[in-house]
This record gives sequence, C-alpha cells and structure tokens, in this order.
Amino acid sequence: MLLEVSELAVDVATRRGLQRVVDGTSFSLGEGESLGVVGESGSGKTMTALALMGLTPEAAQVSGSIRFEERELVGLDEDELRRLRGDRIAMIFQEPMTALNPLRRVGAQVAEPLMLHRALSKREAHARAVALLEHVRLAEPERAARSYPFALSGGERQRAMIAMAIGCSPRLVIADEPTTALDVTVQARILALIDGLRVESKMAILLVSHDLAVIAGHCDRVIVMYAGMIMESGPVEAVLREPRNPYTLALLEARPRPGAPRGARLATIPGAPPVAEIHREGCPFAGRCALTIAICRSVPPPEVAFDAGHISRCHRAGEVGAVR
Amino acid sequence: MSDAPLLEVSSLVKTYRSPGIGPFARKNARPALAGISFSMHQGRSFGIVGESGSGKSTLARIALALDRPDSGAVRLQGRSLFDLPRRELRPMRAHMQMIFQDPYGSLDPRQRVEKIVAEPLAALGGATGAERRARVRASLQAVGLKASDASKHPHEFSGGQRQRIAIARALITRPRLVVADEPVSALDVSVQAQTLNLMSDLERQAGVTFLLISHDLAVVAHICETTAVMYRGRIVEIGETAAMFANPAHPYTRELVDATPRLDQPTRAPLAPTNGGPEAAEGCPYVARCAFARPRCREEAPRLETKGGGSRKVACHFPLD
Repeated sequence: MLLEVSELAVDVATRRGLQRVVDGTSFSLGEGESLGVVGESGSGKTMTALALMGLTPEAAQVSGSIRFEERELVGLDEDELRRLRGDRIAMIFQEPMTALNPLRRVGAQVAEPLMLHRALSKREAHARAVALLEHVRLAEPERAARSYPFALSGGERQRAMIAMAIGCSPRLVIADEPTTALDVTVQARILALIDGLRVESKMAILLVSHDLAVIAGHCDRVIVMYAGMIMESGPVEAVLREPRNPYTLALLEARPRPGAPRGARLATIPGAPPVAEIHREGCPFAGRCALTIAICRSVPPPEVAFDAGHISRCHRAGEVGAVR
Repeated sequence: MSDAPLLEVSSLVKTYRSPGIGPFARKNARPALAGISFSMHQGRSFGIVGESGSGKSTLARIALALDRPDSGAVRLQGRSLFDLPRRELRPMRAHMQMIFQDPYGSLDPRQRVEKIVAEPLAALGGATGAERRARVRASLQAVGLKASDASKHPHEFSGGQRQRIAIARALITRPRLVVADEPVSALDVSVQAQTLNLMSDLERQAGVTFLLISHDLAVVAHICETTAVMYRGRIVEIGETAAMFANPAHPYTRELVDATPRLDQPTRAPLAPTNGGPEAAEGCPYVARCAFARPRCREEAPRLETKGGGSRKVACHFPLD
C-alpha cells in the first residue's frame, strides 16, 4: 500500500481547550488509485489533507499513524518532511495564488522543485518547466513560463500549479478543492487533466471536495466525513447508489435533481453543520439525523461492513435503504 | 393585474474603461454587455447562467439601477428607471432588492440583526421606531428565524442562518423583484436545500420574483421558469429552463450542461481550448471554442432568433437539434 492512515487524530488548541477536528480516521490508498474525501465545512477533510503533508497549523497536535511508502510520517522532523513534499507527495490547492508567488515568473516557480529535489541546473530546470507547462496543456508554454501569475487566467494558473506539483513525478497528489473557484467548463477540463496524469504516471490522487458529483466522476473510492469522523466509505458507485449512512443519504437528497419539477420540495437536513467539540458522546450527526434513537446520543456508532469494502459508521446502518 | 412585465431590459450596452495599463487599455475594452434584452414576469423567476466575464453581474447591477448602461433601458413595472428623476427613483428602489453570495461579508459584524435587517428602510427614509421593529420581526419570521434573533449579532448564527438574515433584509421593503447573485454557492449542501425551499416559498407566498444569477444549472432549474445563457456580454440562448438544459440548442449551452458534474454519469470534458482566444471583430463570439463552427460563423455574428415555434431563442447559425 502506498499510503496507510490509521486512527489519525488532530487536536487543535483553542481558548476553550483542545478541540478534536479529525477523530480517528483510517483509510488507505494504492498506486494509481483515486480516493475522494467529501464533507461540509467542519468535517475535517482539509485538516486530514494537511496532516498527510505535515502542514497542520502550529496549534494542532497530530496523533495516530500515517505510513507513506513504508515510512511513518507522524513525528517525522521538518527537514525530512520538506524532502518529501514537492517530491514524493505534492499538493494542489483551491486557490493557486496561495501556492504561487505573485512576484516570481511562473517558469521559475515550476523549475524550483526540480532544482531542489532533482539537483537540475537552472537551465535544465527551466527547459523542463516549459515542457511541464506544455504537458498540462497551457497554450503557449514559453509565454506562460515568462509570465507572472497575475497575467494568467484562473484556469491557466491552476494548470501552472499542477505543472509545479507533478514536476518530480510524485507518487501521491493531494488536491484540496482544486476546481471549486473555477467556472464549470474550466473545472471539467482541469479534472480531465488530473485524470489523464494519474493514468499515465500511476500516481495516486486524494481529491478533497464538498461536491459529491465531482467525486462521483473522478474517483474509485470515497470517504464521507462529518465532524472529523468518517461516516461512510467504499467504492464510489456503491456509496452513491446504496448509501448506508443517513448522512450520505441526506447529502444526496438535498441536491436539486435534474429533471425534477421546478420548486419541488428538497429534503433538508435540520440544524447547521457541526462545530468542533471538546467532548462528544455518541454519534456526531445524532442531532440532525432522522433515524436517531437513544443509543445514538450516548454510544459512538460502530463500523458496519457491507459488500466489497463498503463501510458505514451508524447504529442503524442496516436500516438505511436503497434510494436510487 | 397588468400585463406589463415586472422587469424589462432592452438593448443594454455597457463598456468599462479598463484602468490604464498603457497601450493595452484600449485593446481590452470589450463590452461587458453587448446588447442584452429580455423581460420577466411576476411570479416567474428568471435565471441567468454563464461563466466569469460573461457580464452577468454587470447586468444585475444595471437591473437594480446601481450602475448606468452606456445605452439601453431598464423598466420596472413599466417605468423606465434611467429616465426617472432621482427623487422618483428612490421610492422605486423599495420594489427591488438584492442578496449576495457571501452572507458573512454582506452583514456588518458589529451591528445587531435588528439594525442590519432594517437598513433598507432607513435608506428609504420611512418607518418610525415601533413600525420598524414590527417589520423587522415580520421579516425575520418570514425567513424562518425568531423575532428574538433581532437582538443578536451575525457571528451568533451559522452560515445558512446568516443567508436568511440577508434575505430578511431584502424582504423588509416588500420588494417585487429580488436579484440574487449566487445566493447558495457559499453554503454547505445541507443548508443549500433550506435556502432554496425558502426561495420557492417566497415566490409562491410573498409575491417575490427572483432574478437568479448562478453558475449552478441545477439550482437555476430548481427556481427559474425561464433562463438566459450569457456568453461574453450577449445572450446566446434563452428559453424554458428544464427544456433548454435537457435539449440545448446552442453549443455553449451544451458545453455548460456537459461540463456540469452529475452523480449518475461522468462529465464530458470538451477538447476545445478554454479561453477561446482573441475575439474576432465580426462573427460569432463563441466561434473559437465551438466544436461545430463553420466558415459562416467567422464572418457573420448570429442574431438571437426564435427556434422551433416556442419561447426558445438561440443565437447560432447552426443550432443543435
């Protein structure tokens, strides 16, 4: 296994005490596989992604285990992590401007990891950067390499960031909402580009998104997170066709459906997305769930296994029916 | 009830002067709106879809008389907004309000909900203390909040509730028209549904008609009877929303529909370049991106014309079947 995460927990120090924002998540990812992580605000999906890169904020404590290429990353010192980042593990963010330096030319930024991790000369690295920009299908890669980030469109900047991420042929790319800020037509092209890169170089993708439909089209497996906990996981088709967790089901039913009559009542989830809690008893979704019974409020939900690696964490998992 | 459209915009043209980047300033001056006309009727919400740079937000500002067009007219219930003297425009503003994408950014965190929601009333110069409080309470209740919420501050509410506060503020003048610019795109899925249901209720029960601007076709189809698809400052297709998305006639509409992620099928990514390259002086604005372009498309700009006898109009020389 390329990546094996077990019982990963992240606690963040706040004025109210330690808050558990990632609560014992376990999952694994093989070569060339794509895993989607879906969740709403406060689900812990971004913090999970940051923990894999060793990029959690200073106030956060990470525990549990993250094994990547047979190495334990939790507790690894910053120098070692820096050697991994941008080389074996790369990250693509929602807003390219957080990763791109506005004051440096795009080509120099794409070249930098190659000089750092591959010891290429400036000239070699620059030539390779132009080739990478062409590889991510930027029109006029030479011009793009000479440009400053502001001169590129949002989609072009996202392509440049992908070029920077794949330069050293990472084995794992973590993409956190990589297309959320883009127009839907640009989004489709960027996701197709990421798919193509994954297939051709067998890198694994962890795709973090709030949008189940984005994950549906681009991932083999999905984990559904809520309040720091994995509520359901499994092959994308099984989870979407036959959700076994009330939260997944509610997410699917809350979306307007193509072809439904105008103004048709949408199923709603009462209440608001969770805020991180210091103490929690029972299931984090209990307060909003239509199936809640007494035990849900007092005992953490067990993992219930269905076919082919399809797991739901719910006291009443067997009663969540097929909907589609 | 009169037959006059609730809102009628005709031949709107607007060009922004790009702030001087030397010799490039002139070249980039592409009109944000290049002749937009449509009308919408009471009780039938209207959608605008299109990507960034299509001019949809410029259109919203001009429809609300927050900005003036270079030419063209906007009529609200038959009255031409840009021909009205200022003192007559002011009371007209009570009939039209706006809600924005970011419910947090549009609410002043230091003010109590009472003051935030009452703000459009103050701007119109009406309503004294007791009446004002009563209307704030009624407005909060209309969006499913409690009257007692009036004394709280925005940070005490969740994202979905803050969007309700913004909607309550828009409703307080009892507007006929509410322009909603991406009202749910910053909200989590689980609270999006609550807001969309609320918008449907308001249309049916409070006589509010929405001009909804969104990139999300499913959201637009859920609320709007008719939708216009904009591309580079023009309407390229307009028609009954569900029929148009099920069976697009313009290649750009088709591209939008195909690119929208769906749970039941993989999205199809078009192979054409994204930015479409420089715009030809003549010809169709979409030609550089169009998978179906023929020579005529480069020579002559298509006009928005009726297709198939119904309400559908499309600006394409070779519309899809």
